[in-house]
Amino acid sequence: MPGPFALIIWCSGMALELTFVVCSLARKSFLRYFFFNMYFLLDLCSEAARYFFLIRFGQSSDAYRYAYYYTDALLTLGLYVALISLYSRVFGELKFGKYVRLTAVFLLLGTAAFSYGVVAQTTDRLVTSFAYELSQNLYFVGLVLTYVLWGAILKLRETRTRVVQFVLALGVYFSAYAAIYALVNLASKYAVMSNLAPILGCLLPLSWTITIWRHSEESRLIPAQLVAVQR
Amino acid sequence: MMASLIFVVSVVTLLMFFVSYCRSLMASSSRHIISKEVRDITGIPASACGRDFVRVMQLLQLCPERPEDRSPLQAVDAYFKILGLVQKSVARLVPSVRTWTEHERAGCANFVVVTLDRRIAFSREVLAQQGEY
Repeated sequence: MPGPFALIIWCSGMALELTFVVCSLARKSFLRYFFFNMYFLLDLCSEAARYFFLIRFGQSSDAYRYAYYYTDALLTLGLYVALISLYSRVFGELKFGKYVRLTAVFLLLGTAAFSYGVVAQTTDRLVTSFAYELSQNLYFVGLVLTYVLWGAILKLRETRTRVVQFVLALGVYFSAYAAIYALVNLASKYAVMSNLAPILGCLLPLSWTITIWRHSEESRLIPAQLVAVQR
Repeated sequence: MMASLIFVVSVVTLLMFFVSYCRSLMASSSRHIISKEVRDITGIPASACGRDFVRVMQLLQLCPERPEDRSPLQAVDAYFKILGLVQKSVARLVPSVRTWTEHERAGCANFVVVTLDRRIAFSREVLAQQGEY
């Protein structure tokens, strides 16, 4: 069983995700941000499934490991879809929606094929390693896509406060995760590293909840003011 | 080697997104007109400067808290501390960075002044509602 600190972080993350769904319902934005809500609801279901496997089979069992990595891959896929929905929102007015969706599907298939290629060559435990590899590669693709989307927001002078803050929060989340994964590889012997990722997991629902609660859909800002060094 | 490279790149992008995120939080307060009362309390005539931040934060702690303020305030506080570190290190050597950090710190101070103004207005509303009963 995880320790009390890990349990507190776990429960806080789930509470924040539920808060986002409730806030989006209260602000009548559930359907507008349908894929964000779906992602958080999927995460809540995954946490419940993981908890069930943890209690039933124990943390070191194969069943828990399978459940953990497959739900993780599923969640990364959910976050990828949420990110693409932001792309559709930003490029929607330019009638690029169809091309965005097509590119997203090709990119996803390409990432899956690349992950399969890497795993097939190096390991005999194809099933678990594929889920892990796909999840890791999708995180990297997500970080690159968020960076590109932020560039597009600045170029297209997107002014919707909610969209801008959702993208920035996603950027913080993806880059922090990438930094933590790299740090774990560099200094895996320190126990504190294992708690950093779940803490970061709480940041995304927290920042998105603040955005959806504080700003209405009509709220606007000037994105050029947000760049650290103004041109 | 690869992990170190990924770590450096992701920390750079993290800082970039974090700075922009904090600026987007502060942007919502840039159009707010500060009441005369808050200007008198804080002693800030028109716009705040970086030095006012700590003092206004102390004044903020005297006011009843609004739950929706807490997280943005923590993010801006963290941003202000990062700017303080930059000012004490890189900004001493590069004058343009010094000007930039001072401008950013003033933005942070302005954000907390606006938060103080909103908290005072909120407390007034609560007191008025209690008076009605």
